[in-house]
Amino acid sequence: MAEFGIIAHGAYVPRLRLDRKIIAEAHRWMAPGLGEGAKGARAFRSWDEDCVTMAVEAARDGLRGADARKIASVTVASTTFPYADLQHSAIVADALRLPSSVRSLDMASSQRAGVSALLQALRMGEESLVIASDAPVGKPGSARELSFGAGAAAFALGRGEPLARLVSCHSRTVGFVDHFRPAGEPFDYFWEDRWVRDEGYLALVPPVVEAALREAQMTIGDVKTLVMPSMLRGAAPAVARQMGFKGALASDLDKDCGYSGAAHALLMFSAALDEASPGERILLVGFGQGVDALVFEVGKKPAPIAGRRGVAGALKDALPTDSYLRMLSFYGNIELEWGMRAEKVNKTALTEQYRSSHQTAGFVAGRCRACGAIQFPQLQYCVTPTCRAGSDQFDQLSLVDAPAKLLTHTADWLSYHPAPPLHVGFVQFDNGARLMMEVVDVGPGGVEPGAPLRMVMRVKERDAARGYVRYFWKSTPLDIG
Amino acid sequence: MASGIKDKVAILGMGCSRFGERWDMSEGALMAEAFDEALADASIGRESIEAAWFGSAMDPVNVGNSAIPASTALRLDGIAFSRMENMCATGTETLRAATYAVASGAVDFALAIGAEKLKDTGYGGLPPPFKGTFNDMWLPMNSAPAGFAQLASGYRAKYGVSKDELKRAIGHVSWKSHQNGVLSPKAHLRKAVSMETILNAPMIAEPLGLFDCCGVSDGAACAIVTTPEIARALGKKDVVTIKAIQLSISSGIETTTNAWDGSYVRNTRAAAKRAYVEAGITKPREQVSLMEVHDCFSITELVTMEDLFVSRDGGAVRDVLDGFYDRDGGVPCQIDGGLKCFGHPIGASGLRMAYEVYQQLLGRAGPRQLASPSIGLTHNLGGVPFQGIAAVSILGLS
Repeated sequence: MAEFGIIAHGAYVPRLRLDRKIIAEAHRWMAPGLGEGAKGARAFRSWDEDCVTMAVEAARDGLRGADARKIASVTVASTTFPYADLQHSAIVADALRLPSSVRSLDMASSQRAGVSALLQALRMGEESLVIASDAPVGKPGSARELSFGAGAAAFALGRGEPLARLVSCHSRTVGFVDHFRPAGEPFDYFWEDRWVRDEGYLALVPPVVEAALREAQMTIGDVKTLVMPSMLRGAAPAVARQMGFKGALASDLDKDCGYSGAAHALLMFSAALDEASPGERILLVGFGQGVDALVFEVGKKPAPIAGRRGVAGALKDALPTDSYLRMLSFYGNIELEWGMRAEKVNKTALTEQYRSSHQTAGFVAGRCRACGAIQFPQLQYCVTPTCRAGSDQFDQLSLVDAPAKLLTHTADWLSYHPAPPLHVGFVQFDNGARLMMEVVDVGPGGVEPGAPLRMVMRVKERDAARGYVRYFWKSTPLDIG
Repeated sequence: MASGIKDKVAILGMGCSRFGERWDMSEGALMAEAFDEALADASIGRESIEAAWFGSAMDPVNVGNSAIPASTALRLDGIAFSRMENMCATGTETLRAATYAVASGAVDFALAIGAEKLKDTGYGGLPPPFKGTFNDMWLPMNSAPAGFAQLASGYRAKYGVSKDELKRAIGHVSWKSHQNGVLSPKAHLRKAVSMETILNAPMIAEPLGLFDCCGVSDGAACAIVTTPEIARALGKKDVVTIKAIQLSISSGIETTTNAWDGSYVRNTRAAAKRAYVEAGITKPREQVSLMEVHDCFSITELVTMEDLFVSRDGGAVRDVLDGFYDRDGGVPCQIDGGLKCFGHPIGASGLRMAYEVYQQLLGRAGPRQLASPSIGLTHNLGGVPFQGIAAVSILGLS
């Protein structure tokens, strides 16, 4: 009989990276100690990325190994959702073109949200997609500004030959407030690290782990890998020591990503799963207002999946940047003079957005059944001069994964753009479709016509006056030169 | 069978305000400046005008919707007066409308007036356009130069022109227009600039630097049209008639299919072909005496030389660098400075082009007068090279 468990998973880490020494150097005048031991680079989200766009990218990576048509529920976990009342998992479901019968749910308000969402779905036992995506914001000048990162991981659950199945689990809910962030506020407020370590991680995690292992009739010695995320440096090895764990600590991805909030546990778990061998046990811990401990047994080794990058691929696909102020501006932590052009009214006609969502949300082109031309946008009649069939003659075809190249290009320094210059050009799809698109994540070497591109969902418009965020697809160089 | 408009309509009078940063002038005052000149030139009173079209393109600035701001500014009471908007081709559109009104026999006297008050935005360049609720969902919000810069990329790829060579050629386009602007008293920019300055200017949208972009100006221009018979009856000896006005608009082929390579403007070619047929021109390189083209950006003018079939395909770089379009070249282009230096108050530009051709044909162009021109062409482009409106008009002595 087919077993239930994790059947596919994938990840996304923003390409943009900033060497921690650059951040520390910017603050040396006020916090000379900040740079001590500052190593590696942190990932940071671009101005047009957020937990929604990263969730979509992680899910696309993960779903390469699964059948999206079977998914019955989708959950997105984050602590940096842009909306208090507008469901992000619904936006993600639309972008991924999940079945319209899918149930959607957001999970928020805790660093444990990602692990808890996965646990819920595992216990539910149905075909589902769990995504954790977060871009926590470290206050400028704080140690967390250096240690935080951004990223997303997605897990598809279902029946078959799972990559991993849940053996046992145990949870405990504790009103332990190590930090908090009031609704609508940008930054966390933290209590003393030493107290959080001793009374939080060291006191709360081991008993829950022990209970989970007991249920599985195992001991800590049966666990090969411990996935112990923590925004507190050194907490994971301390917990491991306390529990007498002699196995391998899963990488905290500190070297080229940083702690990614509610997404971090699943990002680490996804990376660990890619490295694991059949039969191994992985212990996944979620911490925040209590503890979730999940014991997994690794199943079959999957055959390589075309196009899937996983955590390792996402980490490798890095675009090093050179300015602390760029990151500060992308996170909205500094107000720069953008000139009058930035005053443009960006009000979204919600009626129009809904009306056109069948093509804009999932980047869906029409393929004319009469002449075969693939076209985006889909207007009333076919674009081919000799055809002109009505749009009711169009089959629907997403361009999201269609191979494409840059046809023409310029770098626009005149338009208001939060990441100047605005790279824009005609994108020519191999299947014949063509449209003008923004090109994002362009390295210092620029991008030339002919460059292979892939499509990514990004923030199209942020309406500062009304707080509305609207998404669309943009192109990005396949390889950063 | 349609017979076209060739020689059915004459220009009775034209006016053009001084273009530039007219801080002290309202749009109404600019219209009046052009209108007074046109009325005096036409030797008629305003009460003779029976139909009029007011061209104004930019809604975020200017005087507001409809033709009412123009009818009140010019005190034109109770006549048929409509507002026209077709992006940067608006000016020629007003002339087309007035010409059709006379050619149809509906009226004897019609007015085309275009005006734009761009220096009320508070910054240089054009205000970001509203692209429509649906296009806003997916189209990038790039600037006008970024749209036209795509041509440079496409042109280089098609003809294997190096970045440096194309930059020099488009630099010469602007250099020549600055030379011409010096002799143009109503022009916005009347200073010659060196090639070195042009080539080293700050980048706006690669490869277009500051001097590859036209001036953003306040201004107004107008034309009063009638039949050639009435013009002669009113005492006009040399009568400038309209030989052709043709327009072409995109249906999405360039932007949505792979049928366009980015190196030319499809609409200009379509409009030019029809205009040459209507005007009876078979060899434009030999027959056209002067051209006023839509040089919003230097690259636009360069490819337009091919799109108007004056340079052969791929030959514009050589022609430009050889000075073929300079004041003393084979077909002088932008003799008044063009959009580049005369300025580009959008709704007025198509009429400003006609104004220069009209002055040249009548021998009134002062220090920039060409030797006995007989046919002049205007080319007015709205939108972007890959989705726009091209208007080509041909004027000549009847």
